[in-house]
Amino acid sequence: MLNLYTKRRLTNAIGLSISVAAMAFGLFWLCWILWTLLDHGLPAMTPAVFAKMTPPPGSSGGLLNAIYGSIAMTMGGTLIGTPIGIMAGTYLAEFGQRGWLSPLTRFINDILLSAPSIVIGLFIYEIYVVRLKHFSGWAGTLALAIIVIPIVIRTTENMLRLVPSSLREAAAALGAPQWKIINFVTLRAARAGIITGVMLAIARISGETAPLLFTALNNQFWNKDMSQPMANLPVVIFQFAMSPYEDWQKLAWAGALLITFSVLTLNILARTLFRQGNSTH
Amino acid sequence: MFLHEARLKRQSLLDSLFRNLTRLAAIGVLLLLASILFSLVMGSMPAIHAFGFGFLKSADWDPVNDKFGALIPIIGTLVTSGIALLIAIPVSFGIALFLTELSPRALRRPLGVAIELLAGIPSIIYGMWGLFVFAPLFADHVEPWISDHIGALPYVGPFFVGPPMGIGMLTASIILAIMVIPFISSVMRDVFDVVPAMLKESAYGLGSTTWEVVMKVVLPYTKVGVAGGIMLGLGRALGETMAVTFVIGNAHELSKSLLNPGNSISSALANEFTEAVGELYTSSLIELGLILFFITFVVLSIARFMLYRLGKREGKAS
Repeated sequence: MLNLYTKRRLTNAIGLSISVAAMAFGLFWLCWILWTLLDHGLPAMTPAVFAKMTPPPGSSGGLLNAIYGSIAMTMGGTLIGTPIGIMAGTYLAEFGQRGWLSPLTRFINDILLSAPSIVIGLFIYEIYVVRLKHFSGWAGTLALAIIVIPIVIRTTENMLRLVPSSLREAAAALGAPQWKIINFVTLRAARAGIITGVMLAIARISGETAPLLFTALNNQFWNKDMSQPMANLPVVIFQFAMSPYEDWQKLAWAGALLITFSVLTLNILARTLFRQGNSTH
Repeated sequence: MFLHEARLKRQSLLDSLFRNLTRLAAIGVLLLLASILFSLVMGSMPAIHAFGFGFLKSADWDPVNDKFGALIPIIGTLVTSGIALLIAIPVSFGIALFLTELSPRALRRPLGVAIELLAGIPSIIYGMWGLFVFAPLFADHVEPWISDHIGALPYVGPFFVGPPMGIGMLTASIILAIMVIPFISSVMRDVFDVVPAMLKESAYGLGSTTWEVVMKVVLPYTKVGVAGGIMLGLGRALGETMAVTFVIGNAHELSKSLLNPGNSISSALANEFTEAVGELYTSSLIELGLILFFITFVVLSIARFMLYRLGKREGKAS
């Protein structure tokens, strides 16, 4: 009797200690990676990073054109992807009670949500770059937009479902037509959640490298023309980190620090915003 | 009266316009998937014509003589993702258990966010960190030990013998494991949270320990969802590109040892696509992409079906 009891307590203690160890294991990598970024990235963070163009090998320079390209393509991708995502998400949440279209769309969307981003790059390469015979900022923007759409659809649908139907019924009882109910009541009530989703989507695409490799490619010079190959932080980091030149590697660390901290800040901002938005209900 | 009717008519017109506009966006998602598939199939047509099904079984990768086969990248992708899951599943389970049952309430949210931040770090950062920080340490301190000790064991030994280079299949697997831990553990945490408190409390009331409650009540109740979360993590691992590209070594060679460099579908694409010359080379790479898309599609479908099943049962129970 006592033996069984001790054995059970022992199993419990071992199991739970392993669980605590697993948690520590997870946090350990996060701390290690962030520490590495600070350690290598901070010394490389000079004003020149924000003021100069990406240099040829063996000379000093900055990341200005890459930063500009990243911001331009991320914004473009978000601006294209968000409206489509919100509309499709609205359909799924508000009109999708019957029929085959919404379950199928929901299923396909969930798959696109975790589809390999490099395949999206291949797709844009096939339908855009091959046709026009050159890499361009627009191609990169489109690839990023395709990644934004499923994320926004998912959060829009989830957030609209959280809106109590009594709100819709109240608006309907006042005689509001459905498009007004959705646009001015339900979407507005779900606003904080949807913005959170968009911010998470921005965070996701600003670090994406794979879909830009065969679409935007890279550009060593200052370029504002979206129909030309465009420099962007992730691809520059990839190219510079893989190179044997020390100056390039230093710039790659600076870029890595920049990108990680903006992505993590966006992530944390989005979460706190959503929490506030939720607590006001 | 007349004015009123006209206004009603206009509103119902606007209603159907709005409904169809949103439906169009939803159909757009389906069209997007269809066109991705179609364009990949069209792009890989030359390779399909040239190699047929032999493409899947051939280990050739010879751009000079235009002979291509997908065997090595496919094996690389499957093996690295498989090992990554072996590491990630127990760790994710531990993390989910900690977050749902053990953690002090005040720490629950910050720790959960910290683990989710691990998923927020861009994959290229994992790659850089893996190449410059993790791989050298791994080569100096861990790989010689693995090669000497595990390599001497019967049966599994041959998989762990090799030069301690730091980069290779095993390093890629470990980094993949770190990357999928947040995905699997957050799904596990979410499904553990749906277990009715009454069930757990009944078990506690009968005198169960926490470990017994988790193993005998929580896990059986949520096993479909847990499996779904694992498949979701697998889907992520299969398609992961940049981190793997940095550390896998990119060698088109089939070697038994996990310490040797290898290749995966996504890293072959990332490395070679922009430099590929010739129609057959490009189209072989696109066919690799098609294969990757197909594998992840199947895995993710299974994952979704499992998660839906848990959700449905949840709906019935309440």
